[in-house]
Amino acid sequence: MSDTGKTYWGAVAEFDSAAAIYNAAKKVVAAGYARVDTHTPFPIHGMDAVLKQPPSPLGWFVVCAGTTGILLAQLMMYWMNAVDYPTWVSGKLPYAWPSTIPITFELMVLLSALTAVFGMFALNRLPRHNHPIFNHKTIHRVSDDRFFLSIESNDPKFDRTKTVQFLSEVGGSNVELLSEE
Amino acid sequence: MTTITVIDEHENPLVRAPLVEGGRTFSDVTDLVARPAESKTTRAWYLGFGVSVAILMNLVAMIGYLVFTGVGVWGNNIPVGWGWPIVNFVFWIGIGHAGTLISAILCLFRQKWRTSINRASEAMTIFAVMAAGIFPAIHVGRIWVIYWVFPVPNQMSMWPNFKSPLLWDVFAVSTYFTVSLLFWFVGLVPDLATFRDRAFKNGRKIAARVYGFFALGWHGSNRHWIHYEKAYLILAGLSTPLVLSVHSIVSFDFAVSLLPGWHTTIFPPYFVAGAIFSGFGMVLTLMIPARSWLGLHNLITLNHLDNIAKILLLTGTMVGYAYSMEFFIAWYGQNTYEGFTFMNRAFGPYAWAYWIMVSCNVISPQLFWVRKFRRSPAVLFVVSIFVNIGMWFERFVIACTSLHRDFLPSSWGYFSPTIIDILTYLGSFGLFFTMFLLFARFLPVIAISEVKNVMPQANPHHGHDHGAHAAQTGGAH
Repeated sequence: MSDTGKTYWGAVAEFDSAAAIYNAAKKVVAAGYARVDTHTPFPIHGMDAVLKQPPSPLGWFVVCAGTTGILLAQLMMYWMNAVDYPTWVSGKLPYAWPSTIPITFELMVLLSALTAVFGMFALNRLPRHNHPIFNHKTIHRVSDDRFFLSIESNDPKFDRTKTVQFLSEVGGSNVELLSEE
Repeated sequence: MTTITVIDEHENPLVRAPLVEGGRTFSDVTDLVARPAESKTTRAWYLGFGVSVAILMNLVAMIGYLVFTGVGVWGNNIPVGWGWPIVNFVFWIGIGHAGTLISAILCLFRQKWRTSINRASEAMTIFAVMAAGIFPAIHVGRIWVIYWVFPVPNQMSMWPNFKSPLLWDVFAVSTYFTVSLLFWFVGLVPDLATFRDRAFKNGRKIAARVYGFFALGWHGSNRHWIHYEKAYLILAGLSTPLVLSVHSIVSFDFAVSLLPGWHTTIFPPYFVAGAIFSGFGMVLTLMIPARSWLGLHNLITLNHLDNIAKILLLTGTMVGYAYSMEFFIAWYGQNTYEGFTFMNRAFGPYAWAYWIMVSCNVISPQLFWVRKFRRSPAVLFVVSIFVNIGMWFERFVIACTSLHRDFLPSSWGYFSPTIIDILTYLGSFGLFFTMFLLFARFLPVIAISEVKNVMPQANPHHGHDHGAHAAQTGGAH
């Protein structure tokens, strides 16, 4: 920690159970840290509330995509079968709304699902293979059975020495300062 | 290790049995699922894969022969213009439905036991839909103009006829495939990260790179989990009506026609129930061998098999209800042609197929009223094979017996498949099993992060104030 010229991404500590990181996160937030995140093998119930992280806006994107799907499907079928090349089949009008329902539904689902998935990755800024947290030496256990808590250096309360010390005090092991890369 | 109290729901219905048995830890679950993908390829796998690929090559050959010769190589002819290809299509697409039921509908109903079987079932869905999609595609005859089914501009300046249920099918099946693939991939991302991290730690550089590429740099951030869980819930919410719509639309292929035996309003729910029934049959056919070969008895427990057997009993009985209701309506409606079609179905030249269908689909699942049979992998496996056979025959009975004797006795006929029909159908199993074996060899067959999430120690309050209660109910709450 003597290399003062270096910029740090943040400090990361390891915990060995869901209960441990849950309690540590409570203490870290209570101490006034705001740029806090946890990295866990599975979502921990109630962690969003502890970290004061807002709910996902993804649902709104999906609603817009679904509406677009409905409109596009209706427009497509109306224009193709009734305007551009009107076709009379089995005595039904060129545009007969009941027969458009299945395809309208399917396109609504298709656009919604694509938006849900790619919107989720976009909100998460994924793919990103070079996240600074991968520099932590035991981070490979984040997908197995270890729980990590990070405090980013852009947190107003972040201090290289005190934050590291504080993370050890709340029960973290392998506390490391990670450089920005 | 702590002592394990075996909790039997049967003895005390108020206590839920644990979803993961054997007092396993998180890292045990990771090891159990990851080990098959990391250890040396077994001879049994090579053997199974070799046989599957050989059968797949046979499918390729049959399709090649068909494309170069024409659909006359099949037994399809007037009066039975829809023969085995449509039967095989409905058979495979139905199998896919169990995967979506497990991943979407059981997710919305918070059935936590789904976590250990959803990954493999979703994979089964994708491979089954691939096998299904082949049949209508090659059935069009001139496969080189298959793009006419899509609304793309073409040299005739014509658009598809959107009033045709066959076109609805194009949209339904392609949407279903896309959404199933997305859902499966989203579920895989955290587990691919697990495989990436293990490969990295063990110095398997190429594996780490390949798994890492598809894991997209996942590091389990809680900010990520928030969006991830929302996306997962939305996908479950979308897939639930989607799966019901797909087989409803498949049933419209028949029900929208005016043919006695097809033209009935019971078809959509009847097809959906049958699809789920056949899909769970295939889940058992795949999972019972897989759980013993891959050593996953602690994750796919007898309780899981018991639950699947209950679903088989329910859906099999629903299918039986639909069979009898069709007869009742044929009599109650007093339509001569419809009455004849159903008498002909049960007692005509195809009576053998009808009674195979009834005994496999309605009678064999009735064994599962008995708890001992629901918890016997051997019995379950045998019944699952019966279910697969019976559900293929159901589609055969619907398609062929309705067509072969229509309104004019002078145009009656009897459909027989050709050897090409048989080999093409067999070949589709080659495709299905090739894909499934590749999946079981290289990818996590169990949703690791989801299973961990339903273990008692995943609850942040575990071991504290109401930890004992959490351990008993077997999951986070």
